[in-house]
Amino acid sequence: MSASDTHAMRRGQGEMAPPSAIKLNINDQVRQLEVDPRTSLLDALREHLRLSGTKKGCDHGQCGACTVLINGRRVLSCLTLAVMHEDDEIMTIEGLGDPDHLHPMQRAFVECDGFQCGYCTPGQICSAVGMLAEVEAGWPSHVTADVSSPRVALTDDEIRERMSGNICRCAAYPNIVAAIRGSAEGGAT
Amino acid sequence: MIGQAVNRVDGPLKATGRAAYAYEHWEAGQPLYGFIVGATIGKGRITGIDTEDAEGAPGVHLVMTHRNAPAQGPRDESISFEYWRAQPMLTGPDIHFYGEPVALVVAETFEQARDAADLVEVEYRVGRGRFDFGEFEDDTYIPKTVNAGLPTDTAVGDFDAGFAGAEVKVDQRYTTPYEFSMPIEPNASMVAPRGEDLVVYVSCQITDAARDSVAGTLMMDPERVHIVTPFVGGGFGSKLGIHSETILAALAARTLDRPVKVTLTRQQVFQLVGMRPTSDQRVRLGAGRDGRLAAIAHDVTMHTNPDVEYAEQTAATVRSLYAAPHRLTSHRLTALDLPRGTDVRAPGEAPGMLSVESAMDELADALGMDPVELRIRNEPTVDPERNVPYSDRHLVECLREGARRFGWENRPATPASVREGRWLIGYGMSAAIRGHFQGPTTVRVRLEPDGTAVIQTDMTDIGTGTYTILTQVGAEGLGLPLERVRVDLGRSDHPSSWGSGGSWGATNSSTAVHRACAALRTRLLDAACGDTRSPLHGQDPAEAVFSEGDVTIGGASEALREIVARHHPDGVEAEGQTRFMGDDPNYSNYSINTYGAHFAEVGVDADTAEIRLRRMLSVFSVGRVFNPKTARSQLIGGMIWGVGAALEEEAVVDPRSGAFVNRDFAGYLVPVHGDIPADIDAVVLEGYDDKANVLGAKGIGEVGICGSGAAVANAVFNATGVRVRDFPITLEKLLPGLPAMAA
Repeated sequence: MSASDTHAMRRGQGEMAPPSAIKLNINDQVRQLEVDPRTSLLDALREHLRLSGTKKGCDHGQCGACTVLINGRRVLSCLTLAVMHEDDEIMTIEGLGDPDHLHPMQRAFVECDGFQCGYCTPGQICSAVGMLAEVEAGWPSHVTADVSSPRVALTDDEIRERMSGNICRCAAYPNIVAAIRGSAEGGAT
Repeated sequence: MIGQAVNRVDGPLKATGRAAYAYEHWEAGQPLYGFIVGATIGKGRITGIDTEDAEGAPGVHLVMTHRNAPAQGPRDESISFEYWRAQPMLTGPDIHFYGEPVALVVAETFEQARDAADLVEVEYRVGRGRFDFGEFEDDTYIPKTVNAGLPTDTAVGDFDAGFAGAEVKVDQRYTTPYEFSMPIEPNASMVAPRGEDLVVYVSCQITDAARDSVAGTLMMDPERVHIVTPFVGGGFGSKLGIHSETILAALAARTLDRPVKVTLTRQQVFQLVGMRPTSDQRVRLGAGRDGRLAAIAHDVTMHTNPDVEYAEQTAATVRSLYAAPHRLTSHRLTALDLPRGTDVRAPGEAPGMLSVESAMDELADALGMDPVELRIRNEPTVDPERNVPYSDRHLVECLREGARRFGWENRPATPASVREGRWLIGYGMSAAIRGHFQGPTTVRVRLEPDGTAVIQTDMTDIGTGTYTILTQVGAEGLGLPLERVRVDLGRSDHPSSWGSGGSWGATNSSTAVHRACAALRTRLLDAACGDTRSPLHGQDPAEAVFSEGDVTIGGASEALREIVARHHPDGVEAEGQTRFMGDDPNYSNYSINTYGAHFAEVGVDADTAEIRLRRMLSVFSVGRVFNPKTARSQLIGGMIWGVGAALEEEAVVDPRSGAFVNRDFAGYLVPVHGDIPADIDAVVLEGYDDKANVLGAKGIGEVGICGSGAAVANAVFNATGVRVRDFPITLEKLLPGLPAMAA
């Protein structure tokens, strides 16, 4: 197939793809929207629902800035399509808390100065909330000494390992670890 | 208020996702989406572009190429600071580097624009490019000056004679790779036409430069360009200027008379923003057996883009660092057909100190001397090249305090002598120095009749904490609680500044706030003390204390709010200014710098050469600190950048095409949580530099990265006895030399 054939075929596909009408349950609200079926969950949140707290840092699942919670588990919203999530409960940074009613993890990040520019922060916070639930459920990680143990001790090494999918270029890492530890020890997640 | 560790005032907005970055503004309504098509060759010429398929694709409004792009203003080299210059795009068929924009596709949705971008067919005649630094590094020229207008070469005494006569010598080459700033927010812009004007939401560090650059390119009156940049998702130099995303969005918005937004993909950030040049550095140190340096030379060769010269000031840092009677520094450039070199955090200082401070460690090893002691022995009494006194130099205190806190006395005196299980353990240290700069900045402080204050400047907060520290400085200046001071940044319609960069933003803007508040205090006191209705009538204004919203003189007191309401029912404002350092005699009469000392402990896996940072402590002297909490964060961030430079960061060019092959976060490694131990800290010595500015403060954004990589590299040497001089120190470079040690 020549390049121009490929282009013609692809253009034809574009013309034939009708928008999909979907309902998404986001932050305990059902939202109706029409999206191009190619729309990532990230772009649906940011560009269609204008929930821009979820950030686009790489659009390739490498930076973690787009992390949201789907049915309580952390997911990279750039690597999944909006149309795949009609039956899911999606929680974004906006749903965790607002400036006057901070989630304990959000408050811990502010107290510990767990960010500078703030762009990776929503992803870090969502990831941290999801990560603590994974630890609570006893899921082992690469650094867990005894993977057969039903309980995982939340050491600094465990936090660092489990948060390594969330890049912070300002390098607030020590403060983020302190925030997560503080939030976890406060028992409020 | 100044000096208190208050939380970031914008923290709750950022932690809840409510802070709006450039691509996230909806005031102008639904924008169109632009997607940039980049060249797939590194050098040559476009011989044909077929845009028909793209133009016919669903939702597409415009495909802009060099054939239909509007006329633009030229890059005006007479404008002294390049970030203020025009940046014309899509100006012709010639391709200068891989990824250069050849088209912008604008469509209703992002998906449509990205898909149609793939349909633009470009034919090229491929030219012969110069891509490989190693191949061309001997073909150099001498730039007129280097970055920041610093001299290209310097010479003091007779280096050759001094070096020849030295009892102990180090003469080594160090190489550093292409590195990128890579903030997590990609460069992005949304441009909305408003009548004849353009509102430009853009992620940038210098609002004033962005306005002039857009206006110059689009040949508009700068007054008609309104930059809005309240939040910036990191800059680190890469957003000092604006780039193709902003110019192309502006051209499209004007052409279509619709709001258009464009973001770079992460891959495009590696192609269209610029990078820290690669460097080959020769460092020569000649000393007596007592460790006193007789001769220092630092000669650097770097790449530059042929059209946009950029000479990182890599050999400039050593000019103020150590005493030695015979000295030499030089910078040379070789032109390569690659993206332009640009400012990346601590330009010149970071790669330069990586080499010089590694060489100092080599000298200490050759002398059999404690590296801390070697540096103390070479402490200068005056700046050895400028021959002026230092304003507030405390490098020795940083070294001593750092050594004490870190437990430096436990350092393995012999390299490769300590093993814990599979780990070879090493300690390393480095000194840090960075020049402090001052630039023109104007700030307006307005007091409202309700007794609240608003601080306005086009200054940005790129994560540095500007909102917070200006709130503190304003609250102190007017005697108000923090919650009654609001800081309004990042609009070009506000008084202008040099923005965020060069570690000058905090002091420039804080000094201006301080002066504006002083002007307001004087005006209000004059009014109150001369007003029979005021309890302060007849009191001496010189005795006034502004605190908690009240003005008190002796036993008399009145609320600030009441004075404002009575004399200025519409509010009152004043401006404060900071002047250009060239017009401030302190900056020519003194060598004004920040200082530090880094200490690192690493473990190196005896079998795999895996390197793990175990702990790190740095001590700094940076004058007065506005906010210890945000300052510590920024310093630690810089230190971690140094760790990345020592061990991870490296962009690799394909010598056939001129493309960066590892252009994403999977291939270009930056430090992540797992790389950085929790045991890392920055300590700041109490200080006040009365020559720097009226507040005694200096910049902290870059001193953290200066030398920190060398501390890590020196620790790797101490652990293994292997000296890797080709940065970053990766496993394959370290492994062949690892010692065979009994477990």
